[in-house]
Amino acid sequence: MRHRRDSREDGETSGDTCRKGQTQTMTSSFPWFGMDIGGTLVKLVYFEPKDITAEEEQEEVENLKSIRRYLTSNIAYGTTGIRDVHLELQDLTLCGRKGNLHFIRFPTHDLPVFLQMGRNKHFSSLHTTLCATGGGAYKFENDFRTMADLQLHKLDELDCLVRGVLYIDSVMSSGPSECYYFENPTDPDHCVQKPYLLENPYPLLLVNIGSGVSILAVYSENNYKRVTGTSLGGGTFLGLCCLLTGCSTFEEALEMASEGESTRVDKLVRDIYGGDYERFGLPGWAVASSFGNMMSKEKRESVSKEDLARATLVTITNNIGSITRMCALNENIERVVFVGNFLRVNTLSMKLLAYAMDYWSKGQLKALFLRHEGYFGAVGALLELLHPS
Amino acid sequence: MCAHYARSVETSPTMAECGRVDSHTMDKSITLPPDEIFRNLENAKRFAIDIGGSLTKLAYYSTVKHKVAKVRSFDHSTKEAASDKLYEISVQEEVTARLHFIKFENAYIETCLDFIKDHLVNTETKVIKATGGGAHKFKVLIERKLGLKVDKEDEMSCLIKGCNFVLKNIPHEAFVYAKHADSEFRFQTTDPDIFPYLLVNIGSGVSIAKVESEDKFERIGGSSIGGGTFWGLGALLTKTKRFDELLQLASKGQHSSVDMLVKDIYGGSYGYLGLTGDLIASSFGKSATADKEFSKEDMAKSLLHMISNDIGQLACLYARLHNLSRVYFGGFFIRGHPLTMHTITYSINFFTKGEVQALFLRHEGYLGAIGAFLKGAEEDNPNQYSWGENYAGSSGLMSVSPDMYPMQRARSGTFDMLEMDRLDRQLVNLPLLQEPSSYIPDTVDLTEDAPAREYWLFCFEDALDGVVKRAVASQPDMPEAAVRAEKFRQKYRHKLQTLRYQPFAYGSLTVRSLLDTREHCLNEFNFPDPYSKIKERENDVALKYYQKVVKSLEELSWEDRQFALVRGVLAGNVFDWGAKAVSDVLESDPEFGFEQAKRQLEERPWLVDSYDQWLERLKGPPHKCALLFVDNSGVDIILGVMPLVRELLSRGTEVVLASNSGPALNDVTNGELQILTERIAAMDPVIQSGLRDDRLTLVQNGSSSPCLDLSRLDKALAMVVRERKTDLVIIEGMGRAIHTNYFATLSCESLKLAVIKNSWLADRLGGKLFSVVFKYEVPAGKPSQEAAVLTP
Repeated sequence: MRHRRDSREDGETSGDTCRKGQTQTMTSSFPWFGMDIGGTLVKLVYFEPKDITAEEEQEEVENLKSIRRYLTSNIAYGTTGIRDVHLELQDLTLCGRKGNLHFIRFPTHDLPVFLQMGRNKHFSSLHTTLCATGGGAYKFENDFRTMADLQLHKLDELDCLVRGVLYIDSVMSSGPSECYYFENPTDPDHCVQKPYLLENPYPLLLVNIGSGVSILAVYSENNYKRVTGTSLGGGTFLGLCCLLTGCSTFEEALEMASEGESTRVDKLVRDIYGGDYERFGLPGWAVASSFGNMMSKEKRESVSKEDLARATLVTITNNIGSITRMCALNENIERVVFVGNFLRVNTLSMKLLAYAMDYWSKGQLKALFLRHEGYFGAVGALLELLHPS
Repeated sequence: MCAHYARSVETSPTMAECGRVDSHTMDKSITLPPDEIFRNLENAKRFAIDIGGSLTKLAYYSTVKHKVAKVRSFDHSTKEAASDKLYEISVQEEVTARLHFIKFENAYIETCLDFIKDHLVNTETKVIKATGGGAHKFKVLIERKLGLKVDKEDEMSCLIKGCNFVLKNIPHEAFVYAKHADSEFRFQTTDPDIFPYLLVNIGSGVSIAKVESEDKFERIGGSSIGGGTFWGLGALLTKTKRFDELLQLASKGQHSSVDMLVKDIYGGSYGYLGLTGDLIASSFGKSATADKEFSKEDMAKSLLHMISNDIGQLACLYARLHNLSRVYFGGFFIRGHPLTMHTITYSINFFTKGEVQALFLRHEGYLGAIGAFLKGAEEDNPNQYSWGENYAGSSGLMSVSPDMYPMQRARSGTFDMLEMDRLDRQLVNLPLLQEPSSYIPDTVDLTEDAPAREYWLFCFEDALDGVVKRAVASQPDMPEAAVRAEKFRQKYRHKLQTLRYQPFAYGSLTVRSLLDTREHCLNEFNFPDPYSKIKERENDVALKYYQKVVKSLEELSWEDRQFALVRGVLAGNVFDWGAKAVSDVLESDPEFGFEQAKRQLEERPWLVDSYDQWLERLKGPPHKCALLFVDNSGVDIILGVMPLVRELLSRGTEVVLASNSGPALNDVTNGELQILTERIAAMDPVIQSGLRDDRLTLVQNGSSSPCLDLSRLDKALAMVVRERKTDLVIIEGMGRAIHTNYFATLSCESLKLAVIKNSWLADRLGGKLFSVVFKYEVPAGKPSQEAAVLTP
């Protein structure tokens, strides 16, 4: 609790500096963006001020107005850009200004389209600093400059992630709970989503599942370390699904997975031992070999695309669960927060993770999830714009 | 709806090598050569079988009748025995225990079972221990064919039992794999304490076990992403059915066209975290974005990396959690495949930053069968004995790399064998080894030293004719000896050829292993002691000179005598049928005498010369007890070593003479030495009183090798050494003091002396033929009385 109050007080103080800063520098002149350019998706948060005075309205340049209107009046941009309306934070006070925080995403491969749009809307004329994080901030820095005449302020993705998570959690005390967990994760009939009050959040293990996975141990707002990572992440799920089923989007892959049955693809303990492997306490339903049944030609011919999608999802998710659990043991941390866009609309994986954490730790570990799963890096980048750390 | 979630996560009940259901056809056309494959089946008992996904491993215990050479003293008190012979040499049959392990493809299982049934004589056997994923599938077939009851054993515990067994009994069992090194296989010296360790078995899934002692292990975790995932997912992605074909594909692929690398996201490295650009950020990450086609090779490679990295990461997390640094990998995913050994090694290095090394085992494929066998043989108590790998009957490590030499490609599809002999004695470390865990007997590792390897392989091949000739000559009464000798020639030549291409086949290749392999092959064809008669003649001649030699030594001043004694040992050591240069001289000039030998010796200063320090030391108080590892029979032992023994005894030093348990070249055996010592005692009161007062003791060293492994010595020897508070170790001869133990450090004073009788070796050491090595060493921090700082 103390951590949270402290950070809020910090926020208010820096809010003052912020306003002063506004008159002194261009740092926090509108528009306020934070951007996270990942391997697969670009995540964009945009603060829409709702307390614009008539005077300000008068002064607001046309370009800025048009950007605000374009972003807030649409929920889809081009063919692939999407605003996650359900995540919008309304009446948020940020740096002394009241407004709504919008969450927008589009595929990284459409970044050129985005830059073209920025150029068309003369974004550069606003002389704003664009705070960006994620690998793409480095990879595309030059494109931003040449294609849209924009100078990026590059930020470390894990710094932003940690900052974003802690901030969103702190401002979400009213309204729907940001953090939640699954009650009775090992009992399918009574497994329900419940809000979780993330008091005294430290230490916590933060598992960010994007294209790949990073696992961080967070000890305080400014003290965290990257424990490890794995290349078996959301990108692997989608990549393998595309190859195995011919699908092309994450949503499609998830849809198929929800209709499939992984036990036709995986070899279970009971497939080998006829039941539980009692000597070592392994239940018969546990997966002995992911895709193990696919060693047999007959079985390869009898599975559906949906089964394959489901097995891929289960394999990747369980593996993340395994590595996370080992990290939690090695770091001696009992609370695990899973974030990242792999979990977006992916209740299957979240429940699997909740189950895995609970079952294999015999109830010692708790899997927690956050509603704004993939946007924390971008939020962290925005915060960096408003009060640089 | 949540029903689906009730499955999953990590685990994997182990190495269950999933049945390769595809190939079910039994190949009956194969004809089995009984001389080579299921040997000694007629005496076989206690069967065990481990049936994996594609390979079956059969184990049985049998007894082998061996010809052994025995010497027996004549009773010289009676007239009729007073022949001109020094002692009686007889060849007797001895029965020794041997473990046989045979590995073959599952396709041959029915043929093999029929073969066993036809040749099995022993009817005591009622059960066969079985393990492995396929044990269930073939249960009925085995019971029907063999009429034995199949008794299933848990796979994991079999594996671990087998693993303990090979680690304890086979030197150079474990190795580190280094793809780009001169020698891909770097064999590890075996720490006498093999526990604790982590065993990561990569079958269709992955099982991770922590082994703490002979009887205590725990399955601490696992993963479902294993060999079955590579195989199953690989088959789906590439439409390639076989595991080896998938590996083949992978070896040709580029994973970077399928994987999303750090540089694909960052444009370069992620410097802040120290993640390099080439690191995989997201496996298969590129196949999610593009609509393009990916090559089979690239997908297979990406899959291999994904799975290897994942297993390596989990293994490291478990090793760290349990604070273990020895991690062995096994299972069909690894089994001799250079590619997977490489990717796993890479992964372990990456995740532990080099702190933990991935270890592999030469006989990894046999662990389950060995373990199952041991479980069935508990009443024979196999763990109370020491066992030794029989180089003659074992195939050795065969790399399954397709790039490897073609000869082995042909055989990889057939039969692979491991034979282990039960040794008469339990073998332990010499208690005086400075650091048993880092002791390496051999001076030069021919696996890593290519020019030396070339030379010695040539040398042994070149000497083969002579060895065959001598073998035949040693059995003049046996007309079929020539045929057997020819078989020996073929066998040993084949071994040499194999070693030329696969020097790592039996662990590190050394002069010692080449010599031992030759001895094993000779024994295999019942030439237990080709030198027995030559040794007898030499001993006889030398004994006649003993008193004369002793007398002339007595006449010298103390200081002159010390030098003459050392020269005597060195000159005696020139007599060595084992070294080619010498055997040539000896055979052409039988008159080559002791005095002539002395003249051949290099003048001081010798190539390695710490004689002055040795002399200074002798001016000080006597040693409590000297342990002397002796070398050749004849002049060497009788005119060289015995006078030195005599001098030591006279000084008040107890002497323990350690000689070979069994024959090797012209080395004096314990049996021979017993008789010789008695004969000398009859002439020499000093030796006689030494024997009587128990101040001169004869022990056997537990080996039948011309070289010396101080980590595998007779337990009784170790006990004597400890009881007598031995403070001096003398090692004599090229095989024991130069090819081996040249760099061995002991915790007491040591003296290594030898004459270099090989011009190539002399060249290498910067000397010439008949150069002398006289290496007297005092352990650091333990200066003896007068011993000054020593030159190396």
